[in-house]
Amino acid sequence: MGLKPLLTKDFHTENLEQLAVYERTAGYAGFKKALGMQPDELVELVKTSGLRGRGGAGFPTGNKWSFLPKGVYPRYFVCNADESEPGCFKDRHLIEKSPHQVLEGILIASYAIGCNLAFIYIRGEYLPQHEALESAIEEARQAGYLGKNVLGKGYDIDVILHRGAGAYICGEETALLTSLEGYRGEPRLKPPFPAVKGLYGKPTIVNNVETVANLPHIVINGADWFKAMGTPTGAGTRLWCMSGHVNRPGNYEMENGTPIRELIEEHGGGVWKNRKLKAFQPGGASMMVLLPEHLDVGLDFDAIQKAGSLAGAGAMVVMDETTCMVDVARRYVKFFHHESCGKCTPCREGTFWMSNLFERFEAGDAKPGDIDLLLEMGYNIEGRSFCPLGDASTWFPRSVIKYFRDEFLEHISEKGCPFKKTAQEAVA
Amino acid sequence: MALAKPTVEEIKARAARYPSKQSAIIPALWAVQYEQGYVSKEAMGEIAQILALPPSLIEATASFYSMFLTRAEGRHDVVICVNAPCSLRGADEMTAYLEQQLGVRDGQTTKDGAITWHSTIECLGACGGAPMMQVDHRFEENLTPERIDAIIQQLRTDPTPHGAKPMRRIPTKRAKN
Repeated sequence: MGLKPLLTKDFHTENLEQLAVYERTAGYAGFKKALGMQPDELVELVKTSGLRGRGGAGFPTGNKWSFLPKGVYPRYFVCNADESEPGCFKDRHLIEKSPHQVLEGILIASYAIGCNLAFIYIRGEYLPQHEALESAIEEARQAGYLGKNVLGKGYDIDVILHRGAGAYICGEETALLTSLEGYRGEPRLKPPFPAVKGLYGKPTIVNNVETVANLPHIVINGADWFKAMGTPTGAGTRLWCMSGHVNRPGNYEMENGTPIRELIEEHGGGVWKNRKLKAFQPGGASMMVLLPEHLDVGLDFDAIQKAGSLAGAGAMVVMDETTCMVDVARRYVKFFHHESCGKCTPCREGTFWMSNLFERFEAGDAKPGDIDLLLEMGYNIEGRSFCPLGDASTWFPRSVIKYFRDEFLEHISEKGCPFKKTAQEAVA
Repeated sequence: MALAKPTVEEIKARAARYPSKQSAIIPALWAVQYEQGYVSKEAMGEIAQILALPPSLIEATASFYSMFLTRAEGRHDVVICVNAPCSLRGADEMTAYLEQQLGVRDGQTTKDGAITWHSTIECLGACGGAPMMQVDHRFEENLTPERIDAIIQQLRTDPTPHGAKPMRRIPTKRAKN
């Protein structure tokens, strides 16, 4: 347990983004080995390794691959680099430092699923990262890792780098595919799942950047080696993006199951300014808040879920005792309202009204019934919206009402934010 | 203003790479914004002609994504994140300072035409370096008033429009050099 650099182990190597340097760290050895295996063997290997998707949902990657209908071609592979969850900046780090590791993972996945055209959908804001991947693809092409008859093994693969243009919803896989087809990034109904009917109506696998970055290591070292790390249901490591009120914010690659306490106190250097921890939020803007009493929970999909939140995309937002929890929730709800694609009514109107109510608390216009009204809105959005964006918009505010109802009441009785003064002092 | 020949060529080359030419709409909008600084209705019409798609489709797509500008703005583009992780580390105070130094409000352009700034609730993915700004599509992290002063100073004297520098033309074939 603890810090376990697996994907990040060579990140201190200078110029790792260059192909020659990456190759010296055993780069592309995984892809070469994979090309000597049968695609089905690879799917089986990834299945047995227990690798779960690192984009947020934690779905077993090998299982996802095996949902592809037999004999239906062409198939597409799409790497989801539309990292937009507030609190997350791990994929950006992985691409910046080692774009070839990501590309190698994409090549392995593409070969495993029998795809000859792969895409990387990267968010529009990540321009330097776009350039890093662009150079990596070009270098790999020159070296014969992609193109026609790769390494003389008779396999053809091309990769198209596709730049998004500012839309959180495009991180949701069906919205991403709609966007990649040139339309407004609106989600599609599931089923049919993308594995059956995805990009251009063809079988498609969408995997996150961190997920594919694991593949070269699994191919080289095997499933047992990978399973030996982490927890029984959460093999391997994850990059945790620590932000907020800690002394050392940043990305930390931790073995799954390591206590949250170790991440925050040891690696993050604890809460800044010698203050007390008030709350923290794993997973990103969507996920429920947790309290100091949850510090011994392990960094693991199942453990965090058991504690009442979700590991999501690996964010860890730390909040000290001076934090106004109503304000944090207000910003997240405003974010979801801004990013709601407008396709379905519960999300489009619901996030609008929730956001309005939060502005009332902020302005000091809230009434005692407004707390329950917020909860009622949450219950009416969740389970009734078209995609998970609407559901997720309600989780954080509802968890804040559960644990910090007093703060909402204070906003009502004091006609405004009781933390205003200390919050400003906090940054002085 | 008609699109420049290299832009038209780039759009065509992109469209040829995708299994469906419609997938080239967003790359085409980027190419236009790179050349002209924003995407006008006329330019969307041209994209529609090049790709042989209805203009309404181009407009529907362009209006969905927050990064496509529909009017000319200042030479430089400054976006400051005010989402929760940034706010925990002083984004509001930095925003107030920025506004005060530039003398114009959120969404406006400075009188010398140098800088258009706005705050955004959309997380830009730099929470570990909060508070942060996106300056001409490059990230500036761990902001302080002094850093903001230095950035503003540099932008005011930099004559290169943001469209030309950071929004590097994405070559369909890498230029030989």
